[in-house]
Amino acid sequence: MTASTMLMIAPVALPLLASAAYLAFGWNRVTAWLGAAASAGLLAAAVALAARTAGGSGTALSGLLRADALSAFMLIVIGAVALLAMLASPAYLDAMLAAGHTGPRATRRYGVLTQAFVAAMALAVLAANLGVLWVAVEATTILTAFLVGFRRTRQATEAAWKYVVICSVGIALALLGIVMAYYAALHAKVPSAQALDWAELARHAAALDPGVMRMAVALLVLGFGAKAGLAPMHAWLPDAHSQAPAPVSALMSGVLLSVAFYAILRVKVISDVALGAGFARTLLIVAALASLAVAAVLLIAQRDYKRMLAYSSIEHMGLVALGSAVGGRLALAAVLLHVLGHGLGKSVLFLGSGHILQLTGSSRTDAVRGLAGRAPLVAGTFALGLAALLGLPPFSVFASELGIVRAGFTAGYGWAAVVALLLVAVAAAAMSRSAFGMLFGRPDPAPAPAQADGAARAARPPWSAAVPLVAGLALCAALGVTLGPLQPLLEAAADAAGGTP
Amino acid sequence: MSDSLYVQLLDLACGAFLLAGVLVLWRRELAAIVWLFALQGASLGALVVVLGLHQGDAETVAVGVGVGALRAGLLPYMMRRALAAGGEKRETQPIVNVPTSLVVAAVLALLAYAVSQPLVRLAPSPATHAVPVTLTVLLVGFFVLVSRRRALSQVVGFLLMDNAITATAFLTAGGVPLVVELGVTLDVLLAVLVLQILTARMRATFGGTDLDELRELHD
Repeated sequence: MTASTMLMIAPVALPLLASAAYLAFGWNRVTAWLGAAASAGLLAAAVALAARTAGGSGTALSGLLRADALSAFMLIVIGAVALLAMLASPAYLDAMLAAGHTGPRATRRYGVLTQAFVAAMALAVLAANLGVLWVAVEATTILTAFLVGFRRTRQATEAAWKYVVICSVGIALALLGIVMAYYAALHAKVPSAQALDWAELARHAAALDPGVMRMAVALLVLGFGAKAGLAPMHAWLPDAHSQAPAPVSALMSGVLLSVAFYAILRVKVISDVALGAGFARTLLIVAALASLAVAAVLLIAQRDYKRMLAYSSIEHMGLVALGSAVGGRLALAAVLLHVLGHGLGKSVLFLGSGHILQLTGSSRTDAVRGLAGRAPLVAGTFALGLAALLGLPPFSVFASELGIVRAGFTAGYGWAAVVALLLVAVAAAAMSRSAFGMLFGRPDPAPAPAQADGAARAARPPWSAAVPLVAGLALCAALGVTLGPLQPLLEAAADAAGGTP
Repeated sequence: MSDSLYVQLLDLACGAFLLAGVLVLWRRELAAIVWLFALQGASLGALVVVLGLHQGDAETVAVGVGVGALRAGLLPYMMRRALAAGGEKRETQPIVNVPTSLVVAAVLALLAYAVSQPLVRLAPSPATHAVPVTLTVLLVGFFVLVSRRRALSQVVGFLLMDNAITATAFLTAGGVPLVVELGVTLDVLLAVLVLQILTARMRATFGGTDLDELRELHD
């Protein structure tokens, strides 16, 4: 087995091994760190893969897996966010156990499912075959269903039901799109074994029947868009992301949405050749502006900070969709940087929201007052994380939003960029108003005594919970200052996503 | 198999497939809905076997038998068990009543016929001419999903859509590659299992599976 084959198998195999270990040994003081170790291994393999694949692409397991710069970049995003979430998990579950909210069976299940979930995401970005990509994305829905319903309350059960039904139906539409693309490929004389390989489809795209491909691409964008949280099929997202345990919310918001969007990027490369750039662009601009509008409107009246973060994810996926619609090297590089910056920033915020929830016992914005005085570290990272997501410098989201807007103007989509900027400004105003109250509002005279113990724990999180908060922010800020060695990878990945005309 | 016999058997299987899908809208007893779903699974299996025999492809015939066993046997069995555990017998008050639902199904059939024209035009054959039937079932499944209130009815709606997609794959392209087919089957099976467990939890926390009760989360 060659080194590059190993590097392509490791990102899927390491989390799977960790998942099996949780199944065998349960969640205890030692195995609690296995998830973080597996994620660190995934990240290392992703970096090594990025160094090897620069510019080209390689396959493994007789063509089942394929990695190019875009896959490697997505693996880095998955590895980075998973590492943050898994570092924070032991402290989170300790607090849940201490408060009596969960037991050993549930923590074992948590370990098994989160690791299998990470493995499924890695498989999705490494799959050469659109069908296997679909299977992996649908597997993430199934694996996270019980993580969304982790707390077994009425709200959690409801959120899990909506999540599975809406996402499965959305993704079923994508499957129909894949079937149609396969049909078109067979008639373009692509051998059936390769007819779903995205690289082969892109190569033969000019020969695909446009009538069939038009339906296929529309279904694929709608279906994977549902899973990426794009309007009109976004209704599951605020429920699921607000009910899941904090580290799982970080994974779902920070990286699962982008993995679903990765599928759209691959489809767009095929569509741009088969149907011209205009078709996918129109679909994506409509979805982008609709998502931004939905997010902005619902953020204005939002009184729940976890839901606020969830709507902010819809907003950022809207920006990502807008950037991909514009296309070209600058826009796509900005989109990919945005995916990474949003992943890091949103993970920090969701992890922080977990601490705030344990501190106050409520996810309502008005139940959290004067956080800056009570829990300075949590409050500080929350404020900085929010600043990062609102697109303030020095964080990388500033640079990527600027890049997307600039590319929009250069490509003649200035009107869409202006509308998007206005909606982003509305969302930013609504979010900063809520956050200001949470951080600096006048605190309640005395916290309820029942929460005192858990609250004292959460006010000063252990180092293992503080490290991911600080590290995520530091990384996001560093990327805003300089891309360093990521620069060539980003450019190669943007080219793989169709950046070169 | 002679060509005329092939076309007759194909049309018979597609007819049964469509009829079972539309009748789901007509019946209100949940047990009857599960029975209709099993009938549709059997006709889908038969459809695939007929296609396999016509092409003289043993693999397709084997896949057809597997599809039939899963969709006419295992999935209905799982739903019947969920039904027995629940004790709810009827779809109480569908959001859209039965006569209107049947009219909607007719409109959906017209829509499916219109949108499937590009698919038929690419490779006209007896099999692709049946594609409007499967797309009708897809739309009917979606309609069941949005217009019925019992958890089990929603699961059936989802599975009708899935049956329709499988049928479309076999009618247009002779089925997707085996590794994809297996992965999809596994995913669907697990999704139904997950929904079944969530239904049980819903019954424990909400005291029923009327999805109108799901209104804790909203903006």
